[in-house]
Amino acid sequence: MTLLDVQNVTMKFGELVANDRVSFTVEAGSIVGLIGPNGAGKTTLFNCISGLYKPTGGRIVFDGEDITGLKPYRIARKGAVRTFQVVRPLKDMSVFDNVLVGAFLRSSEKREAFDRAAECIRLCSLESLQERPAGDLSIGGKKRLEMARALATRPKLLMLDEVMAGLTSTEVKASVEVIRRLRESGITMMIVEHVMEGIMPIADKIVVLDGGVKIAEDAPKNIVHDPRVIEAYLGSKYSKRYRALRGDGPLG
Amino acid sequence: METFIQVLIDGMLSGMVYALVAAGLCLIWGVMDVINFAHGEYLMVAMYVSYWLGFLANVDPLMSTVAAGAFVFVLGVLTYKLIIRFTIGKPGLVALLATFGLAMFLKNVCMNLFSPNFRILSGTFLSDKTFHLGGLIFPVPQLTAAIMAVIVVGLVYALVSGTRFGWAVQATAMDRDAAELMGINTERIYVLVFGIGGACVGIAGGIMPSYLAVHPEVGSMFGLIAFICVAMGGFGSIPGAFLAGILVGVVESLAGFYIAPVFKYIAVFGLYLAVVFLRPKGILGW
Amino acid sequence: MVNSLQRKAFTRKDAVWLVFLAILALLPLLPVVTANSFRMHVMILILLFASMAQAWNIIGGYCGQVSFGHSVFFGIGAYGAGMAVVTYGGLPWPGILIGMIVAAIVAVIISYPCFKLSGHYFAIATFAIVEIFNRAFLVWDWIGGALGLDYPLADEGLKNLMWHNSKVGYYYCALVIFVLIFGIVRWLESNRFGYYMRAVREGQETAESLGVNSTAVKLTAMALSAAMAAICGAFFVQYNLRVDPPMVMSLDMSMKFVLVTILGGSGTLVGPLLGAAVLIPMQEYTRALWGGLGGGVDLIVFGLLIILMVIKQPAGMIGIVRDVRSWFFKKRDAAKGDVPYDTP
Repeated sequence: MTLLDVQNVTMKFGELVANDRVSFTVEAGSIVGLIGPNGAGKTTLFNCISGLYKPTGGRIVFDGEDITGLKPYRIARKGAVRTFQVVRPLKDMSVFDNVLVGAFLRSSEKREAFDRAAECIRLCSLESLQERPAGDLSIGGKKRLEMARALATRPKLLMLDEVMAGLTSTEVKASVEVIRRLRESGITMMIVEHVMEGIMPIADKIVVLDGGVKIAEDAPKNIVHDPRVIEAYLGSKYSKRYRALRGDGPLG
Repeated sequence: METFIQVLIDGMLSGMVYALVAAGLCLIWGVMDVINFAHGEYLMVAMYVSYWLGFLANVDPLMSTVAAGAFVFVLGVLTYKLIIRFTIGKPGLVALLATFGLAMFLKNVCMNLFSPNFRILSGTFLSDKTFHLGGLIFPVPQLTAAIMAVIVVGLVYALVSGTRFGWAVQATAMDRDAAELMGINTERIYVLVFGIGGACVGIAGGIMPSYLAVHPEVGSMFGLIAFICVAMGGFGSIPGAFLAGILVGVVESLAGFYIAPVFKYIAVFGLYLAVVFLRPKGILGW
Repeated sequence: MVNSLQRKAFTRKDAVWLVFLAILALLPLLPVVTANSFRMHVMILILLFASMAQAWNIIGGYCGQVSFGHSVFFGIGAYGAGMAVVTYGGLPWPGILIGMIVAAIVAVIISYPCFKLSGHYFAIATFAIVEIFNRAFLVWDWIGGALGLDYPLADEGLKNLMWHNSKVGYYYCALVIFVLIFGIVRWLESNRFGYYMRAVREGQETAESLGVNSTAVKLTAMALSAAMAAICGAFFVQYNLRVDPPMVMSLDMSMKFVLVTILGGSGTLVGPLLGAAVLIPMQEYTRALWGGLGGGVDLIVFGLLIILMVIKQPAGMIGIVRDVRSWFFKKRDAAKGDVPYDTP
């Protein structure tokens, strides 16, 4: 079942076209990766879907409903929740309180919300930090907080914006594990990433943006062969390496 | 019709003085993002300086504007070094409350030293003179003040937009860290900007005893009006503050004459709300 | 920062509050307290200003929208009660209720457009609103204009909310208001609305991305805050037996709301009380000692103190308490040989 249907979304800032008739779908229960060079319009697309921007053109259908141009809090309430690329902790509140704010979306009753928050904190390995002011965390901690907070809202669609940037390779592997577990629990995810090791192994489908335009939408194993994608973004070195690791291609 | 133009002229003259007071505040706000709640009290202090020079030493306010301007320049520098310096980087409320305390301090020091009595400087060079053009009356003190205001605002604007110092000021305003990295001594810029901002209002206050009574409360309303002008004109825009000042003066004058004196300020503050609800960044704000 | 891991509805801190309130309730039984009318007056003012500050704390401290317009709501509350008694010759109670409702409605109407403004523009807009109301009330004949309202002498007692011979009645009244407002804030603080208010303060866009309707939160907080401020205004007029526009609807009065909260510690439950408990005696005693010297020496001192407090410890007295506590604990832990916690 299609959970998210992005139809010809265009976003213009004056003369600058940041998203040009972008269309793709996200199936329920899947993980879709959104990749592309810097400035391709990935975060702009996220902003359109999550309601921060009102698209200049096109439609966004979520779970059967047209959510184009709705206010951000409404879209979050419908179950499409995003994290921010430049992390935004609620600084003077504790880590626990941050996640609690997310949890309160579905549970107005305190006890329930507390339990949900504790669960998400455990999932994202934040227990040892939960009483600290959110502003005090390291960048890795803040990214995990973004995720825990968004998770606490019990989203149908979780949109992660570069959650792995700046992490060590061990931390990346840990994040990949968390995302796998989340998928097993039934959450659909759309993930913007530059860290290829973090997205290619787990994504069911990859959407590639370049210069505001979608240039490819396919399974990861096909994306790495796509010459346009290689040209625009991946580079032939990565493409060869990926194919080698997967066992198809000259070195496999 | 003639009455209308007369009322308009009166408004423009006082508006230009508002613009001068506002320009000083605009500079401070634009560069440091600080609302100087004591700005009106700076005006009051300048008026007292000018008054006492006139009363005790027979110096005409025309001459003592310079002294008043210099005095408030120093006052501004001191304010920065002793108070504002500690509020940079903290939420805006801190500077606002600190300068509120300063305003209370200055007002009551003057009340204590000089008593709350209204003081009028009589027999100055300009007072009681009027200039006639057609059927219109231009009171000379107000006219002089307005002309001075325009000149000083023009000078300040030229300074900020056309000189190397001015560019350093603008750079500091836009991004203090980046400016530091470019070799600009931003601390010194802050000190000078506070001083210059003070000097602007000091010059305004210097000439005012020619036509206004001096008393400890005289600055409060000017201060509020300065905030209104700066905010209406748009953050950091000196031309905006100037336009807003004139607009406020005109609206005040028209409302006071055609409706009722008490409506002067209702109209002015109402104007601010109307402008800012329609254009949340002010008329020319960035 | 609230430590919210405490899930119990009734915590140890609440127990401390109850004991404190019991002491406050019993104070007037001590003749040493009631004998001195000035002392009672100061205590009543402390309770009143603590309540006022706590009312402002809802929108200004917890929700982070620094408004300088609260004297308008204070004034509406005062005039509500005042009109009921003076203009309509009745009991103050219906006037108090109407005052609260009107204040809440006015708050929502004027703050809705103001919330579209950011930072300093918002603050200045609230100044503008106070000044407009101030002058409008001066020329509004129905409410008494510049002359204000003077209370006629009535029988004392709870019905008329007026006491003549001793201040004890007023004291208990102020105490009830204090308990009410602090109780409401305590309840808000630990429930969803309190967290949403703080989220809006810390990052409005972030809160929105988590499903928080920030506009609704801000308007609700503002309405509550205004209604509480109005109750305080009603008490004020019943205590003062007189009201006129400059007395209640002034920028100075608005600044009091803000100052007491900030100097005590905004966004905390006990901050407003600390602020009032320190500032009001300071204000009243300096006025008693030096006000007679003429020329506001008390205000000169006050102004200097504000400057010092604000720049030295912007977190207010709560910040001072915390600093002292952590200094004390650090010494104790150092003596025990504990290593300080490192940020991961």
